[in-house]
Amino acid sequence: MPNEPTNKDTAPRVAVTGMGIISAIGNSVQENMEALLASKSGIGSISKINTVHADQIRVGEVAFSNDELISQQQLSDDNNFTRTSLLGLFAAKEALKNAKITGINSYKTGLISSTTVGGMDKTEQHLKTFKTSSESQKYISSHHAGDSTKKIAKQLGITEFSTTISTACSSSTNAIMLGARLIKAGKLDRVIVGGTDALTKFTINGFKTLMILSDEVCTPFDEHRKGLNLGEGAAYLVLESETIAKKENKSIIAYISGYANTNDAFHQTATSENGQGAYLAMQKALDFAHLKPAQIDYINAHGTATPNNDLTESIAIKRVFGDDIPDFSSTKAYTGHTLAASGAVEAVFSILALQAQTVFPNLNFKSKINETGLTPTTEIKKKPINYVLSNSFGFGGNCSTLILSKE
Amino acid sequence: MRNCYIHSAVSISAQNTFASEDFLLDVIAHNTKKTQAIYPNFKDFIAPIAARRMQTAVKMGVVTANKALQIAELNQPDAIITGTGMGCITDTEKFLNSIITNNEAYLTPTSFIQSTHNTVCAQIALGLKCNAFNNTYTHGNLSFESTLIDAQLLIQQQEAKHILVGGVDELGTEFVEYVQMMEAKESKGIKVPFSEGATFAVLSSEKKVNAIKLQAITTILEASKEEIILKLEAFLAVNDMDANSIDAIILGNNGDAYDAYYELTATSLFPHAVQIEYKHLIGEFHTASAFAFWLGTKVLQKQHIPKDVLKNSRQNKSIKTVLLYNQFKGKDHSFILLKTC
Amino acid sequence: MQVKELREELKEKIIEQLNLEELSVSDIKDDDALFGDGLCLDSIDALELIVMLDKDYGIQLTDPKEGQEVFKSITVLADYIAERTNK
Repeated sequence: MPNEPTNKDTAPRVAVTGMGIISAIGNSVQENMEALLASKSGIGSISKINTVHADQIRVGEVAFSNDELISQQQLSDDNNFTRTSLLGLFAAKEALKNAKITGINSYKTGLISSTTVGGMDKTEQHLKTFKTSSESQKYISSHHAGDSTKKIAKQLGITEFSTTISTACSSSTNAIMLGARLIKAGKLDRVIVGGTDALTKFTINGFKTLMILSDEVCTPFDEHRKGLNLGEGAAYLVLESETIAKKENKSIIAYISGYANTNDAFHQTATSENGQGAYLAMQKALDFAHLKPAQIDYINAHGTATPNNDLTESIAIKRVFGDDIPDFSSTKAYTGHTLAASGAVEAVFSILALQAQTVFPNLNFKSKINETGLTPTTEIKKKPINYVLSNSFGFGGNCSTLILSKE
Repeated sequence: MRNCYIHSAVSISAQNTFASEDFLLDVIAHNTKKTQAIYPNFKDFIAPIAARRMQTAVKMGVVTANKALQIAELNQPDAIITGTGMGCITDTEKFLNSIITNNEAYLTPTSFIQSTHNTVCAQIALGLKCNAFNNTYTHGNLSFESTLIDAQLLIQQQEAKHILVGGVDELGTEFVEYVQMMEAKESKGIKVPFSEGATFAVLSSEKKVNAIKLQAITTILEASKEEIILKLEAFLAVNDMDANSIDAIILGNNGDAYDAYYELTATSLFPHAVQIEYKHLIGEFHTASAFAFWLGTKVLQKQHIPKDVLKNSRQNKSIKTVLLYNQFKGKDHSFILLKTC
Repeated sequence: MQVKELREELKEKIIEQLNLEELSVSDIKDDDALFGDGLCLDSIDALELIVMLDKDYGIQLTDPKEGQEVFKSITVLADYIAERTNK
């Protein structure tokens, strides 16, 4: 096959011009930033879902109730927004505001969202009354995973292009990746990318059956880690072609420099012993960005604090970075694991790390994992940060890595 | 920019499309409200140890995907992309009901881990030991269309050469009842049965003998009938075509009030094109339009239109360009252009 | 219940719970490895069996790692249950 010139290197760079987030540590980018800098976790007892497991789990809940989110967003009384949609709309609006976008259709603008649970928070409450109650019936059509995206697109006035990705816990990283690819290909000028997931009984019980929920605040990368804390939230980035961002005099807060999507192809839930999928994702993202491992200043790890993930992610990190492991931390002990939203939540945190030139500490770490001996960064660390690598891995072997840069 | 060719297309549907080499020769009339797909003997294709956790969507997906790879003579794709509207709804219903029935006690993990939307795509990768790009779209009636958009982008941008794409949905047992209950309240609701199926295809940047070209695809979230006509004309213009360049149109009529979109499109833009419909044969579901993709590919390859899908008189000319148009309730519109090479 | 009967009961339950429909009770030998090379069960099966132990025999395993020993073979599992129940 002859070497044809590729578009990869001549395509426009993908600039991030805005972001929005709602999570257990805050209802805005600013609040999330303050909590990260103060090493303040959002993990606590569950208050919004009635579950028999309440005493045995800790979760990262968003403070606002559905009613509060509905009234803030001025939705009509008969709306059929699920919590997933409400969180998503809230964060997407902040992202647009943050990017100073007013005329949504002055450029070709798309929305790529992601979710794992979709409308499950309402389905699990109303399933047995769908037949009889008209109040329940409005949530039949909001169950499927594309519903939240469609609602957000409609509220934001996006008509050009929209889709929804669901690759378990790597979903929103893949949404960011698709957005970047569409901009590089010139198919879109701007795109809002990210994901949203509400806490549900469905996921709490699901992870419970896998015996990977911790009854304490999670301890990523610690030898004695007991499992994960589930969280909820939403986060979105506004991506723009650099050419257009500059023409519009936008302030560019980061660039999407590299990305890769791979599959571990080992088991539906367990990861391969040498972390092959994770290794390939990191390595391919570095290759895509034309970066050497030594140029990565900070890794925002997936670090769910399950025995399986943290061990194999550590092994994969060692395979990529050798003896020269960059500062790394998992921020799951702040927000809990927000499933489909986690990739975008952590992309926001990665950009905050670039802006503040700060590595956010990995909370609750005490002792190194025996097999790998890696120590995450455990205190606020100020240093020059140009490149951040962020990992997101999910069930089904889905592995994705994103590299964000300052320049 | 690279072209995108179709090297194979395989479908499991409510007709005998998987096992039979005939092209919709003896069709089955469906007069029920719901209909399952016609399954092959899954045991002939999937090892028991792998099959024991799989529900219908996963089985249909894995088997169809493998046959698509086989026909395309491809061992390892550079990417696997799946679309599904409802995901693995059977296991979702199963886990949800066990939570409710047992009040959150004595739950087991299998139905939970198999319920995630990416299970089909993951199980295909697992079976192939394929570490490549792996993505799952779930965007209502644009789920399969999203896989084509992603695949075309990967090929055009030279990120991948050979890509396995597919759309799959299973009927499930409970949720579909509620959806049908709501549909029954509509004054002119869906007339074709609710159904299920899987269609997988191999797309490639390499031109092969008899390959069909995926010329273009676009999706529109919501539009009026009049706007759709304008958008369709613009779509054709971007591809250096006009309505006269289209030899056949494949429409997603399902008998509901929104068939008016298809009627206006057919009469105002394509009075001279061959008109094809298929949902009376395979039913309606979120990824039913993937069947139209299979059908369009076959029509172009075989230069034959089965009588049971033909809606107007067949003209005696060769079919070089086919347009697929699907929508659901006036939303989730998609246009796909397929061409002979 | 005699240990011998318990073993046969466990085989039936395992086939049903893990959907091993191509196997019959006589295919599972008392000392066959359930995991790894023997029956080829995996970590998800172990979790299914943990729930079965709890639901049917009232035995609770809190650490999935314990399962590796307990579920070694039908013989080991039957002895483990017999020691903990008065059946």
